[in-house]
Amino acid sequence: MMKLHSGTFKIVAVLSLALALGACSKKNSTAGLNSNGLNGDLAGSAAQVPGSEADFQANIGDRVFFNEDQSSLTAEGKQTLMKQASWLAQYPNIVVQIEGHADERGTREYNISLSARRATAVRTFLIQQGISAARIATIAYGKERPASLCDAEECWSQNRRAVTVITGGVKTS
Amino acid sequence: MVMATTMDTPGRAPLLRYAMQALAALLFMVMASTLASAQEDEPNVAVVRGGKVEPINIAISPFLAGAGAEDVAATVAGVVANDLARSGYFNPLSPESFIERISDFEQQPNFMSWRQVQARGLVTGQVYMDGGKLRVAFKLFDVNTGNLLAGQSFSASPKLARRLAHRMADQIYKALTGFDGYFDTRIVYVDESGPKSQRVKKLAIMDQDGFNPRTLPVGGDLLLTPRFSPTANEVTFLSFGSGVPRVFIYNIDTNQREIVGDFPNMSFAPRYSPDGNRVIMSLQSDDGAYSNLFEMNLQTRQLRQLTKVAAINTAPSYSPDGANIAFESDRGGSQQIYVMPAGGGEAQRISFGKGRYSTPVWSPDGQWIAFTKNAGGKFAIGVMRPNGQGERILTEGYHNEGPTWSPNSRVIMFFRESGGGEGGGPQLYSVDVTGYNEQKVPTPEFASDPAWSPRLN
Repeated sequence: MMKLHSGTFKIVAVLSLALALGACSKKNSTAGLNSNGLNGDLAGSAAQVPGSEADFQANIGDRVFFNEDQSSLTAEGKQTLMKQASWLAQYPNIVVQIEGHADERGTREYNISLSARRATAVRTFLIQQGISAARIATIAYGKERPASLCDAEECWSQNRRAVTVITGGVKTS
Repeated sequence: MVMATTMDTPGRAPLLRYAMQALAALLFMVMASTLASAQEDEPNVAVVRGGKVEPINIAISPFLAGAGAEDVAATVAGVVANDLARSGYFNPLSPESFIERISDFEQQPNFMSWRQVQARGLVTGQVYMDGGKLRVAFKLFDVNTGNLLAGQSFSASPKLARRLAHRMADQIYKALTGFDGYFDTRIVYVDESGPKSQRVKKLAIMDQDGFNPRTLPVGGDLLLTPRFSPTANEVTFLSFGSGVPRVFIYNIDTNQREIVGDFPNMSFAPRYSPDGNRVIMSLQSDDGAYSNLFEMNLQTRQLRQLTKVAAINTAPSYSPDGANIAFESDRGGSQQIYVMPAGGGEAQRISFGKGRYSTPVWSPDGQWIAFTKNAGGKFAIGVMRPNGQGERILTEGYHNEGPTWSPNSRVIMFFRESGGGEGGGPQLYSVDVTGYNEQKVPTPEFASDPAWSPRLN
């Protein structure tokens, strides 16, 4: 089940909006809140401030998914990344880090390198869409930070992901 | 034989300083004559016949205890029995069945009574305090012939009672199996705590039997793949300490940590060379798409590239003679094991079974390469010859990974994930190289990535 750190009604409202917009599934949104540490400022507003992290997560989608043992982008992934690119073009101060991840069905060292490939695939695509390379860092987490936990493909497919995390330049008001 | 002494240095933690002094005081007086005769004999029991282990019945007579040494005598005898039983090669008999009560360490046992309880080997011992020192002596007899097969007396700080017992078990094991002992060794591993999605992973160390576990003050909450130095009390590992994953070296005695090369990109999957002078590892390419193998000379700090292939090349392991390197690569389309000369050069694929092969680790005797195999939705631990022949699966299940060898090449430790969602986690297991005698290795928390130390000095 969902775990909400602060447990306020307003966070639930943000989540519900994200779900309504269909930007990502319930599990993704939950994991996004956990790993990105949605802060108090953002949680204080039910509607997303344009150019904010909440705006990015709810209206753009912060992650793309990969097939098993693959690092090539899916058609769906490319659509999400094109939306990310235009959003990033709109807010040129924002810098991001792409977190590459792998599912648990691989060995540790290989998954670290595989997840680096995935992060790189996203970074390369965003650069091709005109985003400055200097704005995009990457990190590879291998299988160490799963987002969904159910020992089945339903979850593993959610863990084979690259998440675009805003690390600076965000608008706070 | 006298313990190698290590010079004390200022600034070391008091506990460590105490341990070092105690170690320096650990003296061994070998009963030269009995050992020499024992070495000439063939191992009196062939424990492995056609791959099947037949445990040796062994009687460990309750150790005679001097005043105030009753508890430690029971501990020492218990450690010996536990080591021998866990090896799978021995069946320690219940002391309740014993007919003869040994009351004098110097007196010849009545072997007839030990044959009657089905014992093949008999261990007698005595433990007493002498000043501040613990003195321990044991004898191992072949019950059928009455021959003395091994015997030794030890003297050390009482704090080292368990280590003395492990050394005693090593000698008994060697005298009866012909294999070198591996009980006086340690394991470094990753201590895992907290929920799976945000798990904290720390460097930890314990005795080979799971006793004395403690986390080491290395820093960072995500530390992976620790590997023991073959020549020093040192560990190399991957840490996410400052953001980008990096390879570090940590000295267990001095608590000092250093980075192995300051590269712009991620470095990972480190392992020492057999001489301890080099670390081999993967470095991610500038464009992020590939990883190749590099060797860092720890003295000169020179870096040498060993593979140059646009693929994932990782999990390297040297052959014990230092001449070759086994590693995994997806250069042919999927994860497989390759072997190449240690200086780089053409690599030969050696894994050809169905599925993906990874984490090759050369056995210390050079006879085997242990691996993880992922096929049909299962993860297995297995061994194959360095030329790829003779593949043997030792254990298979939902997820087994990351083999490491005991110093005598008889036992493989690995970690097993059993699933279980947010609350699930990995645990350590060991298995004999024959595939028999799977044992859980106790740890206080979840544990992964075990690495066996060489024999302690």
